[in-house]
Amino acid sequence: MTEPLLKVEGLKKYFPIKSGVLGQVKNHVKAVDDVSFVVHEGETLGIVGESGCGKSTTGRMLMRLLEPTDGKVFFDGKELTDLSNQEMRKMRRDIQMVFQDPYASLNPRHTIEKILMEPLNVHEIGDPKERKKKVHEFLEIVGLSSYHAKRYPHQFSGGQRQRIGIARALMTNPKLIIADEPVSALDVSIQAQVLNLMQDLQKELKLTYIFIAHDLGVVRHISDRVGVMYLGQMAELADSESLYEKPLHPYTQALLSAVPVPDPDFTREQVVIKGDVPSPANPPSGCRFHTRCPFKMDICETTVPKFAEVEKGHSVACHLYKESRPQ
Amino acid sequence: MRERKTILDVKGLKTSFFTDDGEVPAVDNIDFHIREGEVLGIVGESGCGKSVTSLSIMGLVPSPPGKITGGEILFQDKDLTKLNEKKMRAIRGNDIAMIFQEPMTSLNPLFTIGDQLREAIKIHKRDWSKKQIQERAVEMMKLVGLPRAEDLMKEYPHQLSGGMRQRVMIAMALLCDPKVLIADEPTTALDVTIQAQILKLIKNLNETLNTAVLLITHDLGVVAETCERVIVMYAGKVVEEGPVHTIFKDPQHPYTRGLLESVPDMRFKKERLYSIPGNVPKPGSIRTGCKFAARCEFAFDRCLNENPDLYQTADDHQTRCFLFDSKEVQAHDRTVVKS
Repeated sequence: MTEPLLKVEGLKKYFPIKSGVLGQVKNHVKAVDDVSFVVHEGETLGIVGESGCGKSTTGRMLMRLLEPTDGKVFFDGKELTDLSNQEMRKMRRDIQMVFQDPYASLNPRHTIEKILMEPLNVHEIGDPKERKKKVHEFLEIVGLSSYHAKRYPHQFSGGQRQRIGIARALMTNPKLIIADEPVSALDVSIQAQVLNLMQDLQKELKLTYIFIAHDLGVVRHISDRVGVMYLGQMAELADSESLYEKPLHPYTQALLSAVPVPDPDFTREQVVIKGDVPSPANPPSGCRFHTRCPFKMDICETTVPKFAEVEKGHSVACHLYKESRPQ
Repeated sequence: MRERKTILDVKGLKTSFFTDDGEVPAVDNIDFHIREGEVLGIVGESGCGKSVTSLSIMGLVPSPPGKITGGEILFQDKDLTKLNEKKMRAIRGNDIAMIFQEPMTSLNPLFTIGDQLREAIKIHKRDWSKKQIQERAVEMMKLVGLPRAEDLMKEYPHQLSGGMRQRVMIAMALLCDPKVLIADEPTTALDVTIQAQILKLIKNLNETLNTAVLLITHDLGVVAETCERVIVMYAGKVVEEGPVHTIFKDPQHPYTRGLLESVPDMRFKKERLYSIPGNVPKPGSIRTGCKFAARCEFAFDRCLNENPDLYQTADDHQTRCFLFDSKEVQAHDRTVVKS
């Protein structure tokens, strides 16, 4: 097996909670707490979870838009967490990001041409003439027209803006694209257009995606493998077929059974979990899900389950499986 | 099952916004009714007029620039569009209540939950004693499944999670035993596990209290799981109306079909999603013909020039599409026979 394109080991991000006149650090919000996974070339890894689970923080740390508190990120054999800011900036040519809000992530004062040209200027790719040609070329690739280059973001609809966001990410010919909720601000019919576009681009340009979203239907559609996060930790990770057909972690089971299905005939046994997600500043001891888990055992309150491979390619952190229990 | 009485009847409602570009009809001549104790869903994409419809019923259309320019909304033989503000206030929150999308912004952060619940009762039940009011508030808090109701009454909104706030909003809406509850995207801001809890609650309350619910949402999954009948809106018009089962199993309007096919289904992986080409038109930009014609793969000359009516295709099922006009169907049959 070839070396994975991206390897994440024990990634952590603690945000300090300061209080008092002297701004003493009272506690930490453990937004991401010991997350490890790999992404292979050409695949799409979906990351799902509810708000506050740390999925966006994880995405941002991979690009070092946020500095990790601890842990290592290897991309293409290089350790990203070791690079200087300048070296990292060069690396970002290969890792690009698509953001959620197509309204907030495009500068309203710049024309589309200027917005798309920016990454080429920063990374000093080509001469001005070539850059212009490339802008027009990529506008066509994402389903817009070259005459759109002279317009401003407000002249576009949400779906078109997201296409521009995708075009901008593609300008530097990246290997990996981290898409953070790229379709959640879009209407259903537009969402389908953007998802299809992303799939086409992946095939054509041999891209690797990390697709962060909260919509489980969307994630299944686009992902080869899916990771489920809960309160800053990876609860389960498997290829999407086995995760959706045979979820092992009680949280994944509950999450899947909570998604409304557009079919009035569809019935299922609902695993309704009680209560809300606890605060990440003060996460429960042991397994973080134990406060809401229908299968809670004594060990869950005291011991953190190990994130371990239970079946081939299917990892889970839950004491129900002997692989997760301490030996 | 006995025939249920119509409780709210909307006839030819037209709500427009008067902007610099002239009159923009957000809701354009829509008809529908809600029966006693049923859950009716209105589904559509952003800008289709579903929220303006609910605001029109509540008399909450921001005016200016908005105005109800035609039609009537009949509730208990009264036309709500003709009522003055004072009379409307007696109905709003009392007979017809509403919950909004954002449980974060619809509660006042400066008052305790108890203050806000008690105020809502005080406005409508002037002869109630303090004790009665307090008891009623606590009772509703318990009914919507909030733990330690008495303590929560003394807390402020920021101390509650999103799901709990939405429960408080539902409790508040139900305080005066409304006949109709309008829920405008009640779960859109919530996580799926919390959404499942809230939808279950709304459904339970509908069954136990027999409150009719008008559920407005963009999520087809939510509609399939909670509603009995559905109205599909597009660009200010009702394009299809029918029982939930028919709409999902035998959709007729090309827009409804396209919408259903573009939803990624969690249960299986489709190779490729169907996508409706083009964008939702700006309100008021299409003056003649079917509003969906530009994006419709079945569109023919007539669609561009005439406005389709709602055609009855089965009991309780109507579609605004010329493909279902009996004239077209006959003409089409004739050509088939000829050839």
